[in-house]
Amino acid sequence: MSATDKPLLSVRELKKHFPIKGGILGRTQAMVQAVDGVSFDVRAGETLGIVGESGCGKSTTAKLLIGLVDRDEGDIDLDGKSLGRDISLRALRRDIQMVFQDSYASLNPRMTILDSIAFGARVQGLDDPVGRARRLMARVGLDPDRFAGRYPHELSGGQRQRINIARALVMSPKVVVLDEAVSALDKSVEAQVLNLLSDLRAEFGLTYIFISHDLNVVRYISDRILVMYLGEVVELAPVDMIWAEQAHPYTRSLFSAMPSMDPDNRTQKPPLTGDPPNPIDPPPGCRFHTRCAFAADVCKTRHPALGPMVAGSPHWVACHLHDPASGHPRAGQGVPA
Amino acid sequence: MLSYFLRRLILVLPVAFGVSVVCFALVQIAPGDPLTAIMPVDATAEQQAAMRAAYGLDKPVPVQYLIWIGNLLQGEMGRSIASGRPVADEVFGAVGNSLLLAAAAAVIAFPIGTFLGFLAGYYRDTLLDRAVTALSITGVSVPNYWLGIVLVIIFSVNLGWLPSMGAGPGGSQDWHWDWAHMRHLVLPAVTLAVVPIGIVARTVRALAGDILSMDFVTALYAKGLSRGDVLRHVARNAAATALSVMGLQLGYLLGGSILIETVFNWPGSGFLLSNAIFQRDLPLLQGTILVLAMFFVGMNLIVDVAQAAIDPRVKRS
Amino acid sequence: MVQVTTDIPVVPPAQRGYWSGVLSRLKRDPVAMICAVILAALVLSAVFAPWLGLADPYQGSMIARLAAPGTPGHLLGTDEQGRDMLSRLIYGGRLTLFIGLMPVVLAFFIGGTLGIIAGYVGGITNTIIMRVVDVFFAFPSVLLAIAISGALGAGVLNSLVSLTIVFIPPVTRVAEAVTSGVRSLDYIDAARASGANALTVIRVHVIGNVLSPIFVYATSLTSVCMILAAGLSFLGIGVRPPEPEWGLMLNTLRSAIYVNPWLAALPGVMIFATSLCLNLLSDGLRSAMNVRD
Repeated sequence: MSATDKPLLSVRELKKHFPIKGGILGRTQAMVQAVDGVSFDVRAGETLGIVGESGCGKSTTAKLLIGLVDRDEGDIDLDGKSLGRDISLRALRRDIQMVFQDSYASLNPRMTILDSIAFGARVQGLDDPVGRARRLMARVGLDPDRFAGRYPHELSGGQRQRINIARALVMSPKVVVLDEAVSALDKSVEAQVLNLLSDLRAEFGLTYIFISHDLNVVRYISDRILVMYLGEVVELAPVDMIWAEQAHPYTRSLFSAMPSMDPDNRTQKPPLTGDPPNPIDPPPGCRFHTRCAFAADVCKTRHPALGPMVAGSPHWVACHLHDPASGHPRAGQGVPA
Repeated sequence: MLSYFLRRLILVLPVAFGVSVVCFALVQIAPGDPLTAIMPVDATAEQQAAMRAAYGLDKPVPVQYLIWIGNLLQGEMGRSIASGRPVADEVFGAVGNSLLLAAAAAVIAFPIGTFLGFLAGYYRDTLLDRAVTALSITGVSVPNYWLGIVLVIIFSVNLGWLPSMGAGPGGSQDWHWDWAHMRHLVLPAVTLAVVPIGIVARTVRALAGDILSMDFVTALYAKGLSRGDVLRHVARNAAATALSVMGLQLGYLLGGSILIETVFNWPGSGFLLSNAIFQRDLPLLQGTILVLAMFFVGMNLIVDVAQAAIDPRVKRS
Repeated sequence: MVQVTTDIPVVPPAQRGYWSGVLSRLKRDPVAMICAVILAALVLSAVFAPWLGLADPYQGSMIARLAAPGTPGHLLGTDEQGRDMLSRLIYGGRLTLFIGLMPVVLAFFIGGTLGIIAGYVGGITNTIIMRVVDVFFAFPSVLLAIAISGALGAGVLNSLVSLTIVFIPPVTRVAEAVTSGVRSLDYIDAARASGANALTVIRVHVIGNVLSPIFVYATSLTSVCMILAAGLSFLGIGVRPPEPEWGLMLNTLRSAIYVNPWLAALPGVMIFATSLCLNLLSDGLRSAMNVRD
């Protein structure tokens, strides 16, 4: 977010509300505010981790980035070119690719894996799609001579996810969105795939947007972390800073719910209780106030803006506790320990 | 419940509109001039034009539809070209006879089908099960108009036990609940019952299988329900499905009786329909089909609502 | 017969060797095999009827009317105009099988296309297609077939048209349900994400994965269509005389039930046997493909 680096990918005020139909006439009864005003930048070569509870809008954000879901509002700029104005969706999709969570469902069961990988290159009219696909298969660790003609059901989960990664890379994209890409894998396989992702990032100069609910995995691979709650960004910070200090009460409870490797450092305080509020009718003011231990009157009425904790800091948060002028009784003191 | 009923009712309206458009279109797709049947051969051009205007046929098609539907909503379905009587009178008399036949077939088919299906489901994978399954496949494969002829050959021609034609002695049109009339009902009702027996048996067999399958019932026991609660649970699910299948069958019986009525000269809507077709009596054809289709739409609505009343899960989906 | 349900067949995902497995399972199903052989015999004899050395199916004889089966020269007897029954039954297979099967083939392509479009595109396109389908579902299939045929008048082409219209809606409904299921899978999203247009995604990724369930469903309609097609001719609004056709023959021979009743029932036996074989073969195919309802 520093002004010196021009971001590779820039997202501004992205919004997606899904209609809920019902009633006697089947009219739109309400809108699910799946993603509501999300903004962030990603610099070339960095990995941005996105975390949050299920239903917070992580996956919708991912699908919005690549146009699998149509945005209601907002701008998506890649390399300074705005989607829909300067570049077409088809062109954007050459530069942004995605890896899905379910390694089996994301491969056509009736296609050989070679064809699955080569499909994108064929569609985009790149030369030698089969050669590209075979080279990538070898790169992700699957011998093309042995595996090219196989079908998805003949592979293990880890092998399939390697194929999905190869498929995402076949068009030489700049950005790869990894939506819970390692979440379904066994821990040992997960580590291998994470290492592969790290190597590929370095080798091809990739930029990752890494979505996961697993904070340890996100910490391992990410440079910065973005925390989402009910369709909004509540905190955004470099990984070391957020690990040292979780500025938003929600982030703090998310981190305290994380199982610790250190037996002396077991969870003392009860983490988050209850389910997140219904995104159809999000609470007014700060969306987290219904579950927040530090909520004051101002939190119920005024919506906190996302901004630097201190001027110029790369650690951004959307919480009245950090805004001296918010009117919160503990304004400016940060989250109590 | 009321709101579910209203919602279903509102969903039915566009379908009913569509059905009326299809029925109206039937006359439009019919080849030839709808007036040839009643136009005198030597009519002059002016007389033809006057007649065309009298029937509103000089107006654009959408206007014709509006006039037609407007009359329809006032209960006016036009006059039969062949008999000159109001279509409504002809149709409703005939539909009454068809309903009688369909109801008789249902009375035969539903208990037998349920019984056979339950036997097959209970004794799954036994010889009995296979026999019932074979029977129900045979039932749904048989051309019932042919079966009607075979039954006539056996019971009327060879044995002389039952009459082969009409709805009463001497071609009587008025129904009475006496043996003289009821024996006319036996063969057509049995013929018509064969297909629904097969379908009901197949449905009940599958339901009984689901109900008796161990994991479902075990899960309910595991939830701590008593034996009586489990049975009530199970019966409720099964009843809702069985009811909807049977309700739809009743609608199909009414529509499917056309061929059977022709075989047995049963004076119902199917018989009326085939007469209308051969006399190219388009208003009568249109009216009969409209009434039968609307009956079917109404039957669907009743089935849906009844199913929702029994099984609350339906309402939510 | 005459009823059309739309239970959506759940076909397991195809895998290597799937179809050869289906074929070998089907071959081990004696009932399905017998039905396949009977159907093949009916089709082949109908197609090659002119070369089987049969009597002229149109040539009647006033003195040889309604001869009983077994009469010398007329193995299955003669009809009410003295025409050879065996010859007419075999020749009758041509039109009967054609009108009985062709509408399902046409409906498979037309309804399949409509359903795949509705299921893939969704939104307003889906609403329009499926609401029209709902309207046609409001008619029991027999009623709809008779209504359209009755309005259009008798004739082979008219029968084809009316039966095709009857079977498009159920095929569309099943195709739509299957396609929207596939549409929600990640591999479709992945294909879209590669920049492929809708037509390419449908052609490469959707069709191959929805065709089997739609096909299995369509086979289950053939028996109903067969009975309905012959039924239209039986009513006199299908094939026109003097063409040999089983439903029409059943109709014209009705007058003979007091003279030679079992002769009169013969054409119906052909309809029954064909529709039973179609049903059993379709069931066999379902279990060979491990289809669950």
